[in-house]
Order: sequence, then structure tokens, then C-alpha cells
Amino acid sequence: MSNPQQLRYSKEHEWLSTAEDGVSTVGITEHAANALGDVVYVQLPEAGSTITAGETCGELESTKSVSDLYAPVDGEIVEINEDVVSDPSLVNSAPFEGGWLFKVKISGEPGELLSADEYAAFIQS
Amino acid sequence: MSDAPRRTALDATHRALGATMTDFAGWDMPLRYSSERDEHVAVRTRAGLFDLSHMGEITVTGPRAADLLDYALVGNIGGVKTGRARYTMICEAEGGILDDLIVYRLADEEYMVVANASNAQVVLDALTDRAAGFDAVVRDDRDAYALIAVQGPESPGILKSVTDADLDGLKYYAGLPGTVAGVDALIARTGYTGEDGFELFVRPADAVTLWEALTEAGKDAGLVPCGLSCRDTLRLEAGMPLYGHELTTATTPFDAGLGRVVKFEKTTNDGDFVGRAALTAAAERAETNPPRKLVGLVAEGRRVPRAGYPVTAADGTVIGEVTSGAPSPTLGKPIAIAYVDAAYATPGTEGVRVDIRGSHEPYEVVALPFYKRQK
Repeated sequence: MSNPQQLRYSKEHEWLSTAEDGVSTVGITEHAANALGDVVYVQLPEAGSTITAGETCGELESTKSVSDLYAPVDGEIVEINEDVVSDPSLVNSAPFEGGWLFKVKISGEPGELLSADEYAAFIQS
Repeated sequence: MSDAPRRTALDATHRALGATMTDFAGWDMPLRYSSERDEHVAVRTRAGLFDLSHMGEITVTGPRAADLLDYALVGNIGGVKTGRARYTMICEAEGGILDDLIVYRLADEEYMVVANASNAQVVLDALTDRAAGFDAVVRDDRDAYALIAVQGPESPGILKSVTDADLDGLKYYAGLPGTVAGVDALIARTGYTGEDGFELFVRPADAVTLWEALTEAGKDAGLVPCGLSCRDTLRLEAGMPLYGHELTTATTPFDAGLGRVVKFEKTTNDGDFVGRAALTAAAERAETNPPRKLVGLVAEGRRVPRAGYPVTAADGTVIGEVTSGAPSPTLGKPIAIAYVDAAYATPGTEGVRVDIRGSHEPYEVVALPFYKRQK
């Protein structure tokens, strides 16, 4: 699997797009999606709510388990992906594309985020 | 306990297929090869191939093998005809379930007992203890067999193409020796998926040959390798209990709604068996004061109930507990098996909820199983 070079990554396996007008798209990595197995339910933060880096902001439920979704940055949710709410399997089939989870208007400095290569090394370790 | 997980004879095959492996009862087993949902659907609609070599085989032989098993287990094993199999349980003297088992009668004086991987040692020890005074030999055959299952509507056709055994003459819950893909096998029409299918007990040295032959034979029929993850959702839809979830030492067969497996009339030993007194009392209790009942729950929403989650009434009173839960690929909704108070066990009972991490989600009470194949 390959992690897109233009994205940044958290150690909780979220990815973030480069912010345009301060808004970044967030999803979970293919590595995380594979580890979860078939995702069957996603609970996302509501548009307009604020999230805090490192705190849980939702849930990803797979056949076998439920996992917390962590906020990779501080910010305000501006949009959630309704397609992934109605079809959670997008998280597995297109984790870096149609399976994105939400868009967040980042406030303050992002915390520790990894480059694609750093993330690749992180999940190997 | 030993340190390194045990590996089956098919370990390299699983890795070559890209399986996600998981530790299961001390064995390194395939969890899934691709998508567990696709594997589940393949078994329901076409066919799936499983490595179940972690299951524990115990052979019981001798002139009084039947008497020993009638004494040690709750079923009427002496009444099983050669070539047939029986679902049964082994209980403690106090009535709690030590394991659920399948017993195959291979010959007049030869049986194979198949225990769950996690309980194989417990069952072996109990059978060995209980054999005292019987002219019978209990043999640990866990290392003597690999077990490969082919399950699903296409499985008879697939197996027919690689065996000359009379599969049409092989009934459900029967097993006979034969040759499959040139290797000696005990061919059993059993399984744990709710589908027609076969379980093939072979020498570990023959496992790869058999697996590859079945893979080739099933290619056009859509057979895929399947892991333990889809096996769990398949058995859950079929309403089959799983040891450690629906069945435990704290549960008698009557508490689990499986009192029918306990036979107080047996072919041998005048019906005496380990647990008889306790189970007689449990049967009476179940008659007069029904314990919590095992029911099916179907979600109205999409959140998945998990083992251990409380079942509640509309006012929040806890009325039971989920023992197994998963999203059902066949129903397209989350389902669960749960023990609930008898007053809430009737299908259609209103107001039953599952506490899913603090959110009380509505559930419909249904009769088990959730899924029954068309015959």
C-alpha cells in the first residue's frame, strides 16, 4: 500500500490534506482501514462542532470491533462526508478518496503530524 | 502455556494468500483473506474454504468406548450409528458446560470427539479422568489431523469433482472414510455456517494437497478461502452457539435453551452420566421457573451490539446481556444473540433496547436462527 505524498499523517492513523483557506480534509489511512476490517458504521462529529487535537471525535465500527476516531488537529467541522455515513465501506474501498470523513477549519498550529515517509516508517516499526 | 503460537500445516499457504492472521486459542489462524463480508457472502451463495486445523480431535476406542462416552457426555452416544455424527456437550458434575462437541462414530468401537480449540485440553483431561474403570482408550489426536471445511451451496459439486465417495448417500451429520484428491480423508457432512458443506479430516502432511485441489476444483464455482471472522458471522446468523459466548461453565444446557441435547435415557450405563443429578434439577427449574432465554435481536439502527452489552427494557431496567453481536451481511443489519428475562423473550416483544456505550438503541426480539437455508 502507498500513502499519498501530499498528505500529512497522525500517529492515530488519520490523514489530513494540505489546508486550503485553512480547511483540511481528514480521513483514516489505508493501513488503519485494513486493520479494522470491513467498516460498517461511522459516527462523525457534527458540522459546526469543534474538535480538539488528540481527543476522540467519533467512532468507526467494523465487523469485529469499534474504534475511536481521534481529532488530528484543533478546529471547527465545516462538512462531513454524508456518502461515507450512508456507505461506510467507502472507508475500506477508497480510504484516501471517496472514504474521507470530514473537513475541518484548522484553528491554531497543528500538532505533531508526519510526512508520508515518516508515517510509513511509523507503521513499520 | 507455550509462548509461540502454533501454526497449522497450511500456514505458508495462508501467508501466500495474503491472509490477515490472528491468535486464536494459542493458534495463529487466518482471520480473513480479503473482505470478511465478501467471504461471508461467498459461503451463503457459492462456497468457501476454511482451515479449521486448530480444532481438537480425540479418538476413543475399545469395547466400552460407547459406555465411556455415554457416561462422560450428556448425549446418547451409544445410540449413534456407525457413520453418523452427533452434536453434544460435556458438562461438569455441577451441570456447567465444559464444551460443546461433535462426536463421529467411525466404527462400532471407535469414535472421534471434536472439541473447540480453546477447550481441547480440558475435554481431553475430562475424558481421560472419566475413562477410569471403562475398557476404552482415550487418545489425543490433535496432531494427527488437519481439518479443512468446504461450505456453501456449491460445495457438493466441488467436492464431487475430486472424490469418488458417494456424497449423495452422505446425509447431514454423517461421516465416512474416503479419498479426496488422492488423499485419505474422513469426509463429514457437518459444518458451522448454516449451509450445506463438508469437513475433511486429513493427515497434516496431506493438507496442502487437499487445499490446492479444492481451490482448483472450486475456481469456476466461485469458491474463496475464508477466515475465522466470517465463520463467526455465519454461525451467528445460523443461531449456532459459541463456547465462551453463549455457552460457559456458568451455564447448563437447559439455561442455554439446548436442553434437548441432554439425554436422560441412554443406550448404556442405565442412563448414568456425569452431571445427571444437577442437570435433572436444571431441567425441572427450566420447566417451573424459566431462566433467561437465548433470543435473537435485530437492530433498527446501524450500531453494532457486542458481547457483554446490557439489554434493557424501555425504562432502562437491565433485562439481559448480549452474548454475540455483529453486522449481519445477509440481513443487512446488526444482529445479536442475547440472554433475556423470559418476560421479554417472546418474538415481537416491544421496547427492548441494547445499551451501546451509553446510547440505548431499539432492537426487535426475534426467534433464532436469523437465517435458514432453503433446502
